[in-house]
Amino acid sequence: MSESLARVSFTVNGAPYDLDLPPRRLLSDALRHDVRLTGTHVGCEHGVCGACTVLVDGAPMRSCLLFAVSLDGAAITTIEGLRAPDGGMGPVQQAFHECHALQCGFCTPGFVTTVAAYLRDQPTPTREEAREAIAGNLCRCTGYVNIVAAVERAAELLSGSSASAEAAPAGAAPGLPEDAAAPKPSGGASRRLPPDPSTVAAAPSVRPLADGSGTASASADQAGRGSS
Amino acid sequence: MKPSAFTYHRPRSLDEALDVLASLGADGKVLAGGQSLVPLMSMRLSAPAALVDVNHVPGLAGVEVGADTVRVEALARHSAVEHDEAAYAALPLLRQALVHVAHPTIRNRGTTVGSLVHGDPAAEMPAVLRLLDGSVTLRSAEGTRDVPAADFFLGPLETDLRPGELAVAATFRRPPAGCGSAFVEVARRHGDYAVCGVAALVDGAGARVALVSVGPGPVLVDLSEAYDGQRLDEDRARDLVDAQVEPEGDIHATADYRRHLAHVLVARAVRQAGSDRRAA
Repeated sequence: MSESLARVSFTVNGAPYDLDLPPRRLLSDALRHDVRLTGTHVGCEHGVCGACTVLVDGAPMRSCLLFAVSLDGAAITTIEGLRAPDGGMGPVQQAFHECHALQCGFCTPGFVTTVAAYLRDQPTPTREEAREAIAGNLCRCTGYVNIVAAVERAAELLSGSSASAEAAPAGAAPGLPEDAAAPKPSGGASRRLPPDPSTVAAAPSVRPLADGSGTASASADQAGRGSS
Repeated sequence: MKPSAFTYHRPRSLDEALDVLASLGADGKVLAGGQSLVPLMSMRLSAPAALVDVNHVPGLAGVEVGADTVRVEALARHSAVEHDEAAYAALPLLRQALVHVAHPTIRNRGTTVGSLVHGDPAAEMPAVLRLLDGSVTLRSAEGTRDVPAADFFLGPLETDLRPGELAVAATFRRPPAGCGSAFVEVARRHGDYAVCGVAALVDGAGARVALVSVGPGPVLVDLSEAYDGQRLDEDRARDLVDAQVEPEGDIHATADYRRHLAHVLVARAVRQAGSDRRAA
């Protein structure tokens, strides 16, 4: 059975992609199968668990509740895009590590993306606000106590790094890459950043197709609905 | 958990969207936020033949505060309405209700108009529109019509939206100055659908509530004869509520428990709206 494909262009962690996808391809599957970034985890696949949360134009959204083709022109940030500039752990990841805020780790990418965006908007949350911030994400291991502690620790790390980050470009939020620094109004012009070499290296089988050569189209078709 | 195949349309203007919807007729379904539609499709409870993605139609995301109304356009995300300071100042009930709509992550994508059109009896915003005597503006290639909330919600997940139509905006009527409002609900978990919820509006002379999850759509109850401008006569209010609600039992709550919550939450919402009025 062949299914008609639709063209969609977006950036993932700063790298541009032009993909021809079956319209029913969920963003969660597009990120994992077509962009080959498997840090985004698929849990419940109907919007309840929050594991697949990514940032779309800076705002956290559930990638399993989005059709990839609908995100034409969007700037998407996944867990892979929240690393420190040197490739090590970003501040939110560091806080989760220090506070032992994960056990099996399956839910962690969704928590980290959610928390990173939350702390950008509310850099000094109370404990109650920290709990509220993660209320949409499920974790079946930790009991949440250490995750709440990690939100507070991440806030500390971010305030420290912003105080010392004199070289940060104006408008950039600590801990978030530039394209996730602030939600942009819907309908805004699409951003075209040069490919991030680390992202490209992490996804060797799919090259960003800024030249529109279409090599990812074939792989998109083949990836199909291979796994759930 | 994968949706079935559909054909995809990405109109770049309102006229193009209406033309596509006209040509598709009953086969066409509008995709805006998709926060209810996509999981329904993933669970194969819904399998539209074609989706018309209106997310790329310009000029359809406004939140406009007028003298008597707040008008919310089709692509205004819940979070945009929630955080719109002018809308909050003009009509606090919008934000009071929106903070109960799922989680912030869902509100970042889901649209207020989409929630109205979806017509879930457990959803908050239909009750708000009903309480405020609002309306939904529907456009098609043939023309435009405004449908009052009282006529728009026909039953569970059923509204007056016809094939070929796009809900371009919802208009919430601002209550007169000196009113107080509140929204309260009980859910199993924070962010879940309400087991029961109540939107309330009070002034010096009367009180009105709209209830969530205790009928086929939002249930409006005028409590004025049980309210003296200060206190609610809870026994009389209970009778007035009982005359209107039709709670049903399901895996989340029995019908009796929903009725009990309706009584308790109506009293609580009216009390909160009363203090909101005095604080204003």
